[in-house]
Amino acid sequence: MADDTGLIGKPAVRIDGVAKVTGEARYASDEPVPNPAFAFLVTSPIASGRVRSIDQTAARAVPGVLDILTHENVAGEITPPKAPDQGKTTTTLESDKVWHDGQIVAVVVAETFEGAREAAHRINIAYDVQPPAASFDSPGAQEEPRKLGPEKKDPVKGDFATAFAAAPVKIDARYATPTQHHNPIELFTTTCVWDGPKLTVYEPTQTMYGLKAGVAKQLGLDPANVRTVSRYVGGAFGSKGMLTSRTAWIAIAARRLKRPVKLVATRDQGFTIATYRAETRHHLQLGATPDGRLTALRHEGWEVTSRPSGYNVGGTDTTARMYACPNVATKVNIVHADRNTPGFMRAPPDTPYMFALESAMDELSYALNLDPIELRRINDTQTDPIDGKPFSSRSLMKCFDQAAARFGWAKRNPKPGSMRDGDWLIGYGCATACYPSNIGPAAARLSLTPRGKAVIQLAAHEIGTGAYTTIAITVADRLGLKLEDVKVVLGDSDLPPVPVAGGSNNAASTAHVAAKACEEIRAKLAAAAVAANDTPFAGLDPATLKVTAAGLVGPGGKREPLDKAMARVSGGPLEVHVENAPEGLKPGALAGLYQGQADMVRGTARKDVTAFAFGAQLVEVRVHARTCEVRAPRVVSAFAAGTIVNPLTAYSQFMGGATWGLSSALHEATEVDPRTARYVNDNLADYLVPVNADVGSLEVIMVPEEDNRVNPMGIKGIGEIGIVGMNAAVANAVYHATGRRIRELPIRIEKLL
Amino acid sequence: MRPFSYERASDVQRAVIGGRETRQGQTDAPVQFLAGGTTLIDLMKLDVLRPARVVDIKGLKAAHASIEATPQRLRLGALASMAATARHPGVLRDYPVIAESLQLAASAQLRNMATLGGNVLQRTRCPYYRDTSWAECNKRDPGSGCTALKSFNRNHAVLGVDDSCISQYPGDFAVALVALDAAVELTGPTGRRMIAFETLHRPPQGKPNVETTLMPGEVITAFEVPAGPWTRRSLYLKIRDRSSYEFALSSAAVALDLNGGAVRQARIGLGGMAYRPWRAKEAEALLVGRPLNEGNAMAAATAALAGARTHGGNDFKPELGRRTLVRALLQAAAMEA
Repeated sequence: MADDTGLIGKPAVRIDGVAKVTGEARYASDEPVPNPAFAFLVTSPIASGRVRSIDQTAARAVPGVLDILTHENVAGEITPPKAPDQGKTTTTLESDKVWHDGQIVAVVVAETFEGAREAAHRINIAYDVQPPAASFDSPGAQEEPRKLGPEKKDPVKGDFATAFAAAPVKIDARYATPTQHHNPIELFTTTCVWDGPKLTVYEPTQTMYGLKAGVAKQLGLDPANVRTVSRYVGGAFGSKGMLTSRTAWIAIAARRLKRPVKLVATRDQGFTIATYRAETRHHLQLGATPDGRLTALRHEGWEVTSRPSGYNVGGTDTTARMYACPNVATKVNIVHADRNTPGFMRAPPDTPYMFALESAMDELSYALNLDPIELRRINDTQTDPIDGKPFSSRSLMKCFDQAAARFGWAKRNPKPGSMRDGDWLIGYGCATACYPSNIGPAAARLSLTPRGKAVIQLAAHEIGTGAYTTIAITVADRLGLKLEDVKVVLGDSDLPPVPVAGGSNNAASTAHVAAKACEEIRAKLAAAAVAANDTPFAGLDPATLKVTAAGLVGPGGKREPLDKAMARVSGGPLEVHVENAPEGLKPGALAGLYQGQADMVRGTARKDVTAFAFGAQLVEVRVHARTCEVRAPRVVSAFAAGTIVNPLTAYSQFMGGATWGLSSALHEATEVDPRTARYVNDNLADYLVPVNADVGSLEVIMVPEEDNRVNPMGIKGIGEIGIVGMNAAVANAVYHATGRRIRELPIRIEKLL
Repeated sequence: MRPFSYERASDVQRAVIGGRETRQGQTDAPVQFLAGGTTLIDLMKLDVLRPARVVDIKGLKAAHASIEATPQRLRLGALASMAATARHPGVLRDYPVIAESLQLAASAQLRNMATLGGNVLQRTRCPYYRDTSWAECNKRDPGSGCTALKSFNRNHAVLGVDDSCISQYPGDFAVALVALDAAVELTGPTGRRMIAFETLHRPPQGKPNVETTLMPGEVITAFEVPAGPWTRRSLYLKIRDRSSYEFALSSAAVALDLNGGAVRQARIGLGGMAYRPWRAKEAEALLVGRPLNEGNAMAAATAALAGARTHGGNDFKPELGRRTLVRALLQAAAMEA
């Protein structure tokens, strides 16, 4: 069911674009509430210990201070939230215990933001400090293998040890990635409003129903009494994909005051009150034949997490499946430290783990004296190497070939350090990108008026990806309407549920439910039309009728105005409420959707096929021969990701991913002070992300791909894949430029001096 | 941020009277001058600066923002914006090192707001100074200690430091000024005086909270840069992790007067390396009378960084500083001036 009717696959500007650039779009903290009080968080300057005493005298004396919440007056009022993996996590005001740097230890509420901030600065808290463990190798950090389960398996195949021992060519190397924070420009805000027993939470989120269910559980409320609203999100990248501890405390503050309370946490607080990408370490072992065929692959990973949480991303699920290799072993370990609990961040498993695999593949290409693209061609496969299922589609080498042609890869002199422009050393590097194709259950309400105007409503998430537009495109396409005749309402938990906007499932999940709703409307009109006597369609097969703006259309150009066709089934607008459960979904997943759960059909865990989107990323770097600064003037990426609903916003997603990849490879790192386990550079001046001048030519090729096995509409997710290959592509290019293999990100001047 | 009273000074006399309690630039001085506000307001929001009174001196713009280039010197009004100075034709033509130091600083928005006087007094970006949740900071809280000595210190200073403070002077423009023997005009309670720019910023000497040699109430009203045969052959090289909108990891302000292949005179300032705007006179002296080749440039750079003291995270800085200076010297020698 690829695009045959029109709008799917045609570039369309965002239907919410004007609202966004004129300020009309309401982000959560923009929602007007009556007479709000303002909250300011007080966070701990220590990473481990206990709150000994809290002196509120000076804070209480600040004019306009209304309330101060601490563990002394609100302990026990909430159930702590769960970690991103639904396990245990750190807590806040439930007790005097401090688990990590920047933990919320008090919430000040005042008549003004400024008053709350001043009072927060005047609270004096004394702590009993324990020496903290900051990260890997810190005294007191505890390492253990991760716990395995149905969605956490260590892929294994054949006999790695024997094959590696016998391999004529070997790579054995260790890699590391740093702590990273998402830093969406929209800060972490929460506004809570009570109306009797009913609570409304305005908070930017990627999980309307998850937030609703989570807050209800924390506060012991009937979920029916909790409404979450998040019509637009100003950047999320995973950071707004789960409940954090702040929400319940703002709700309690509002309940105590009997007045709406608004929190806009500061940039530095965002580093510690939400989640992040934890630092990782990797041990990669590759064995190959002299002609480049992989015979053995072992990938062991280590990831930092908080003391109580077992959260891990475990990207071996991806790396074990990347290339044809008969002998595979994997393992993932977690290291508990005195840190906040990490969470989802754009391609959570794939970004760090593919850095290790794709760097090792590059090292292998030099050991074999093979072009790195050719090495990938030799080991390309249409079959999942772990369980033997076919890939639903895999166009990896098409991506490499098209990207290489556009990039001018043929001009590359394979010898490291051989290409130069004046004082600048030039390097070309490449890597594979991939991301599993996931789809979840979803529900929607669609109405169509006799004049051909449609309104679709669902609790989906616009996190900057263009969700309003892809949903409108789908409805317009299926009902034969113009894009401007479709209104899309999202971001409210009073609407039918969709899964968390994570795992790149959003476009596939929402497009399928929207298309299903359209089909239901069409089927109703068609069934009534063929059964009636006053139509040109009497007695026809209802499947042959289509809805268009001009009306119901049948074979041979027969048509009937829409108002007439609709009068037969409803007095006015026709409304349908549909649910879509993709094939292969776990039983109960649809019901769970309404409880805020997010069971999806995952591309790595299907019975019929293994489903991934693939891509190739090629980078040119320039390294100054004397002062060693690294610049990346040119990136060409090619992706094959099935049906592209809106090529315009898809291009933005791919481009944004590649940009972030440059950032990840060259700029970003949260510095964790080893002595205090505190984040040092918790602001956008010191946490480096690229500026415009750092991003030169950035080309994206969308390789056409039809995949009728991944899902009926052939849609693979595209939100995350754009970042996945970049870390390694940049590092590989730096090696090619300089002959220096940098195995620890980010690649900064001091590593090349 | 704490409540404060705000007053506008319409002329320099009023500013001086309003500023009687500015002390010598200490963080805890009860009065702070406000010009562009690009550092002051940030630090007040962060609760680092808590002035009881803020004296807004933007009104001095009318009388103290002109830029005059004469054959003898360049005079820059202290209230001139960084942006206006950077695009002034006389500055661009005859003092490229000054124009470049300004162009490569901050962002376009900040350069439009920030004044030259405020820029040279920009406070350190040391994260332990800028975040009051770090208890130990001798610059903010005298006697409390220095967190940077034992914590993450990748971009901390290696020259002119002591155990009381290893924070880095973050600016670029001041590095050009110190290289070019600039003077600074101060107007205060006892009138007007000129001092060498080099003496404006104090070394830490165990008291890093006292940042300048300003007398209480003194306002910077102008800078004067003497013209010399070296100012046209000058440049500012700034090395950093990203291409724009970032403080230097290392920078060099270089001005040369060449006689054929040999150096007649050299002026060298270093940024990203030092506690205060840094002049590398030892390196200048080594170059005089010699051809500017790789070997002599390296000898000068080695001398410039000879006194470096590192603390782990910034161990790479002396090497980067040397390479930066060598590159800047060779680049300046190759200029058409």
